[in-house]
Amino acid sequence: MSQTDLEIVVDDPTAPEDDSPSVVSSGTVEIVVCLLLLALAATLGYDNWRTGASWDSTGPEPGYFPFYLSVILGGGSLYGLIVALLARRAASETFVTRAQARRVLAVFVPTLLFCLVMQFLGLYVASFLLISGFMRLVGKIALWKSLLTAFLFTAIMFVTFDVAFDVIMPKGPLEAAFGR
Amino acid sequence: MEAFGLLLHGFAVLLTWKTLVLMMVGLVLGIFVGVLPGLGGPNGVAILLPLTFTMDPTSAIVMLSCIYWGALFGGAITSILFNIPGEAWSVATTFDGYPMAQQGRAAEALTAAFTSSFIGSLVAVLLITFLAPMISSFALKFGPPEFFAVYLLTFCSFVGLGREAKHKTVISMSLGLLLAGIGMDTVSGNLRMTFGSAELLRGINFLVAVIGLFGISEILLTMEERLALRGHAASISLRVVLGVWKDLPKYWATLLRSSFIGCWLGITPGGAIAASFMGYNLAKRFSKDPESFGKGRIEGVFAPETAAHASGTAALLPMLALGIPGSGTAAILLGGLMVWGLNPGPLLFVEHKDFVWGLIASMYLGNVVGLVLVLTTVPIFASILRVPFAAVAPMIVVSCAIGAYAIQNAMFDIWLMLGFGVVGYVFKKIGIPLAPFTLALVLGNRAEDAFRLSMIGSGGDLKVFWSNGLVGSITTLAIVLLFWPVIDGMLSRVGWTQRTRATSP
Repeated sequence: MSQTDLEIVVDDPTAPEDDSPSVVSSGTVEIVVCLLLLALAATLGYDNWRTGASWDSTGPEPGYFPFYLSVILGGGSLYGLIVALLARRAASETFVTRAQARRVLAVFVPTLLFCLVMQFLGLYVASFLLISGFMRLVGKIALWKSLLTAFLFTAIMFVTFDVAFDVIMPKGPLEAAFGR
Repeated sequence: MEAFGLLLHGFAVLLTWKTLVLMMVGLVLGIFVGVLPGLGGPNGVAILLPLTFTMDPTSAIVMLSCIYWGALFGGAITSILFNIPGEAWSVATTFDGYPMAQQGRAAEALTAAFTSSFIGSLVAVLLITFLAPMISSFALKFGPPEFFAVYLLTFCSFVGLGREAKHKTVISMSLGLLLAGIGMDTVSGNLRMTFGSAELLRGINFLVAVIGLFGISEILLTMEERLALRGHAASISLRVVLGVWKDLPKYWATLLRSSFIGCWLGITPGGAIAASFMGYNLAKRFSKDPESFGKGRIEGVFAPETAAHASGTAALLPMLALGIPGSGTAAILLGGLMVWGLNPGPLLFVEHKDFVWGLIASMYLGNVVGLVLVLTTVPIFASILRVPFAAVAPMIVVSCAIGAYAIQNAMFDIWLMLGFGVVGYVFKKIGIPLAPFTLALVLGNRAEDAFRLSMIGSGGDLKVFWSNGLVGSITTLAIVLLFWPVIDGMLSRVGWTQRTRATSP
C-alpha cells in the first residue's frame, strides 16, 4: 500500500534569499571566460608553434595537431566573445546572487583549506577537520554529531583505502606517530 | 548463436560470490548517488573508480557498471517523490510522475519508472549482445584513416546534434583535445605545452579532470540552491507491482518506440536527455488523449524512462566495439578500462573475451538485481534525503580528493581537481557543455595518433580520408552531421523535414 499521506520534509535553514542582489551577470562572466580562453589559445598556440607546427621528413611535427586545435579554440572563443558582447545589450541573466555566492564560498573556501592542510597534516586528519568543521559551522549541526560523523567517516575511509585496498594516501605527523 | 554461447560463458565468469557481492555493492552505491542531489552516474563512477584499482578488471568493471545502473534507477525516486530531477534525463519523468505521486499513486509511478527502465536497458543490452561483436569484427579491418574518421564522426555529431550553442560545444571539445595533448608526445618524445613544469610532464589525467568537473562543481552548484525538500514517502507493495505489470502489454507501442529512440540516440551521441524528451513527446503525439499528459498519466512515465535507460545503456555499445564512448559516463568507464591496461575497441573482443562477456552478462544480471532492489528498498533510499546536505557535501569533497590523489599518487592532482571544479562550475552556469570536453580528453591522444599515422601514410594528403568507400562515407557523414543544423534548416524550409523540439507539457 502506498503511504502518500506520509511526507518527507527537509528544511534548509541557511537557504539563500530569493531577493538577494546580483553580484555579476552571466553575460559578463561569458565575456571574461571567452577572453581567458582566447589568452589560453594564444599561449598554447605559440608554444605549439615553437615546438613545431609544420611538416618535416618524418611527418607532422609534435605541435602540428595541437596548434590547429589552438586556432579552433581561439576562433570559438572569439566568436563567443562577439556573441556575448552583442547579447549584453539585451537584459542579461544573473550569474550568481550575493546570497548564492556566500554559500558557494562556504563550500569552496573550506575545500581550498582542506587541500592546503592535507599537505601538512595528511588526508585523514584534514578530512576529519573538514567534515566536523563544515557540519558544525555551515550546517549548524550539534558538535557531538559533527565530531562523531567525521571520525566514523574518516575511519571508514582509512580502513577501506589504506588497509583493505592498499591505496596509499598522503600521511601527516599523526599517522607517523602511530607508525603508518 | 555464437553470441549466445559466449554470453553463457560470460555468466559463468560472473557467477562467483565475490562478483555478485561487488554487483550488489555497486548497485546500492549507485542508487545512493542517484538519489542524492548533487551527485549522479558520472560523478559516482568517477569518484568510486579508485576503489577498483586493486581489483581484477572484470570485477572492477562489473562494480562500476552496476554503480551506473543503480544511479539510473535512483534518479527516478527523487523525480517522482520530490519533483526534483536528480539528472537532466529525469526531467521528463517529473511531468507525469510527480502528479501521480500527488494523486496518491506514487507506488504505481515508481513501479512504472523502474520497470520501464529495466525494459529500456534490456532492449539495449540485447542490441549490444548481438551487434557489438559484429561491429567489432568489422572494425578489425579498420586502419588509422578509418579510425580517425570514426573519431571525427563522434566529434562532429556532438557539435551538429548537441542542444547547446555550437560555438560552446566547439570550445569545450577543442579545449579537451588540447589538454589531452599536454605532456610528452608519444610519437616523437618531445614535450608539449608543459612550460617547464615537471608536474605537467605526466599530462593531465582525465579522471582527475572528471572528478573536478563533475564532483566538485556539482557540490558548488548544489550548495548554491535552496536545499529544502518536501515530498511524498512511498513504499511499493507486490499488489501494485503486479497491477502495473499486468497492464504493460497495453503500452507495448510506447515501450517499443521509446526503446528504439533510446538505442538510436545512445549509439549516436544524442544522449539520454534528448532520448527522454523525444520519447515523451512522441508518446504524447501518438496518444489518443494527448491532453491528459502532464496530469499524471502512466505512459508519461513509461516513455521517458524507457528511452533514457535504453540510451544510457546503448552508449556502451560504441565504447565496447570501437573504443568510442557514446556518453560522459561511458567515457569514464572507458578511462577505467585504460587504467587497468585494457585497450578498448575491436581487439577487446578478441583478446579479452572473459572480460567483455562478463561485462555484458553483468548488464543483464545487474538490471534484474537492480529492479528487485529498488522495488523493495524505495523507502530506505527516499529517506537518505533526510540526511542534511551539510553532512553529505564535505564527505563528497573528501571522496573526490581520495579519488583524484589515488590515480597517480600526486598532490598536484588534488589542486588540478579543485581547478577543474571551478571550471566546471563556471562552464555549467554559462552553458558550455562538459560531455564533449570529457570525451575529447579521453579520445584526444588516440585521435591525434590516428590522424598522424594517416597523414604519414599518405604523405600529408588529406584525400586519404576519402581513399576508399568506407572511410569516405564516414568522413562525409561526419561533415554532414557537423553542418546538420544548417542542412536541417534548409530541408525544413523546402518542407522535407519537420523540426521537433523537446517541450514540457
